[in-house]
Amino acid sequence: MTDATRGFAGADVTLDAVTFAWPGGGPMLFDLSVAAGEILAIMGPSGSGKSTLLSLIAGFEAPSAGTIRIGGKAVSMLAPAARPVSMIFQENNLFAHLDVAANVGLGRSPSLRLTADDRTQVEQALARVGLAGKERRLPRELSGGERQRVALARALVRDRPVLLLDEAFGSLGPALRDEMLDLVAGLHESKRMTILMVTHDPGDARRIAPRTAFLDNGRIAASGATAEVFAAGRSAAFDRYLGEGTPR
Amino acid sequence: MRAASTSPVVGGIASLGFVGLLAAGAFAGLLVEGAGDLRSAVAGFDAYLLRVAGFTLRQALLSTLVSVGPAMLVARALSRHPAFIGRRALLMLFALPLALPALVAALGVLALLGRAGFAAGFFGWIGGGQWPGIYGLPGILVAHAFFNLPLATRLFLHALDAIPADQWRLASQLGMGTGARWRLIEWPVLRATLPGVAGLVFMLCLASFTIVLTLGGGPAATTLEVAIYQSLRFDFDPARALALTMLQLGLTALVLTLLLRLGADLGGDASLSVAARRYETPSRLATGFDAAAVLLAAILVAGPLLAILAAGLRADLGRLATEGAVRDAVATSLVLAGLSAVLCVVLTLSMARTRHRLAAARRGTRPGFAERALDTGAGLILVVPPIVIGAGWFILLRQVADVFALAPVMVVTVNAAMAIPFATRAIRPAHDDAAIRHDRLCAQLGIGGFDRWRLIDWPVLRRPLATGFAFAMALSLGDLGVIALFGSDAVQTLPYLLFQRMGSYRTADAAGLALILALLCLCLMMAAERLGGRKT
Repeated sequence: MTDATRGFAGADVTLDAVTFAWPGGGPMLFDLSVAAGEILAIMGPSGSGKSTLLSLIAGFEAPSAGTIRIGGKAVSMLAPAARPVSMIFQENNLFAHLDVAANVGLGRSPSLRLTADDRTQVEQALARVGLAGKERRLPRELSGGERQRVALARALVRDRPVLLLDEAFGSLGPALRDEMLDLVAGLHESKRMTILMVTHDPGDARRIAPRTAFLDNGRIAASGATAEVFAAGRSAAFDRYLGEGTPR
Repeated sequence: MRAASTSPVVGGIASLGFVGLLAAGAFAGLLVEGAGDLRSAVAGFDAYLLRVAGFTLRQALLSTLVSVGPAMLVARALSRHPAFIGRRALLMLFALPLALPALVAALGVLALLGRAGFAAGFFGWIGGGQWPGIYGLPGILVAHAFFNLPLATRLFLHALDAIPADQWRLASQLGMGTGARWRLIEWPVLRATLPGVAGLVFMLCLASFTIVLTLGGGPAATTLEVAIYQSLRFDFDPARALALTMLQLGLTALVLTLLLRLGADLGGDASLSVAARRYETPSRLATGFDAAAVLLAAILVAGPLLAILAAGLRADLGRLATEGAVRDAVATSLVLAGLSAVLCVVLTLSMARTRHRLAAARRGTRPGFAERALDTGAGLILVVPPIVIGAGWFILLRQVADVFALAPVMVVTVNAAMAIPFATRAIRPAHDDAAIRHDRLCAQLGIGGFDRWRLIDWPVLRRPLATGFAFAMALSLGDLGVIALFGSDAVQTLPYLLFQRMGSYRTADAAGLALILALLCLCLMMAAERLGGRKT
């Protein structure tokens, strides 16, 4: 891996007039700029394009027009694995038949041919996310939170400058979710990677993301400092999304 | 998925093309022959042929009636009594015929009801005279019922078991009696399943070759498929074979269209039932009736099975086991069936992969032609009976090569194609399931090519692949259709040898061989069931 895909500092992510449409769906248009090392929360109603946005950046979908740049380089032609990006989904982040160490090890080598150094890295990453000693467990022997920790450990050993979290903690209970967010914040502290985090919970955004983008109907309807975006009355669509009586 | 390599797409299309070529080659053979001798081909449509076609339809219709009608009663009886001693064993007994080759079942029926069968003395005593043996239409019907009554019972029972327990609770609260329950709850469910089940049984009987060949016992009881075989093997009259084949295909296509119009689901998939509690105490009379239905069905299924076992054990198994011809036939069968199963699994997997790639790439729009072809195309092979494919290639190849030398190739390829729909049932759901979970992850981590196969696909798909393999091997092992055409002294499979021994009235040998064949197929089917069961 070269510096383009791996490194301690984050890389900036820019979407320049990126358009995309699902078959039978309306057109989506994304203009977005995220600074290197920033944490951005992405919120919005179901179907507003949050996951699509991350999929475009990760390379699972191809834009019909526009440019996506990561660290100043256009990545549109690159396969997902060649992009300087790691992504964690809500579920199915792990191969159920492989143990924890192998699942993390795949982040070092897609053929799972690991050097001694790789193994050390895997061990350290697992210790870092609080899973020391669970290397030989299978995913089904772990709790939901632990499984997402394994996915985080893999993102750590892949060491890509951009981390995408697609409702990664959405199926966890509130306390566990806060714990995971704190873990992510801790990792960010040491690695300074750029993080884009899709979430439904305003608390998540406020906990670790200084900036929030609000998506509505395939566009970025509002974007700015999290506290400002959450200030009541700024956007009718956002107020509708949060609903009356939601603690802000 | 973006950046998907094209090679799996090519693989699946190539596999489908292979199956298509297999069928197309057969048609080409028939057409070339027919065009060359149009007059005889047309002359082939004579009174004899119409009589054969008539009998084909008649036996299929009667077989469906005697299988499906009673199956409804048996299924209702089993569903009304969700817990009695031996119920589980009975359901397992009902699964057995499907695992047996048709040839073995035919032999079982003969061993029981033939002129010298175990039950001959009893029936002779009832009839007051010599028991003539069960040949012709009655024999065919018994053998078809042996296969299809348990199948239909399992399918109906599956449907009845799917009735939610709430409905039974409600029925008991409202005080519904047996009649009301039948009219308002059970019959609507059975009626909805009926077209599919009856259609499946009818199609199976329409294409039945081995049973009619062995139990038909003469020109009066000949179906189109058997007539095709006879016109090629004995009369060597390709023009007649062509006419017969065309008629068989036309009939099959017609029936299939009608069935699909009726909305029949020919999938036919019965798993072991989990019965809901029914909150019902059937009356004594009803219970007696149920018991009689179940008992009769059990006798129908167990009778030939026990006859195979008893007759087989009476044979000189020790001598058979050391006989060179038998050993050769077993070895040939195992090798050919094994190769056939490997080919089948490879074809099935590559088609499943391509179909999934295409489905994933289109994302909710209408499926394209290639995908739809992969979806159902391979299943259509079932409509074309193996004997027809065999016949077409037989006619095509006889001009350029020694057809009997090509027997192994034909047996392996045709049987592999025939097993694809069954292997697909074992492999495709597991494959698609795994692909949905793994595709994005693999793309993200850059796991591809052989690494993906070694690390991801093989560990997950090993069991379903093995299930498909065992199933395909069992089907191929028991098949008499292709080898009956292409077999010779040089290439003999176990069913072919068995059929020859039957033909030369070496009944004890035939019974012994049938037992060996039955055990081989049972082992494979049990392995398939085992491997296919819920994994960890």
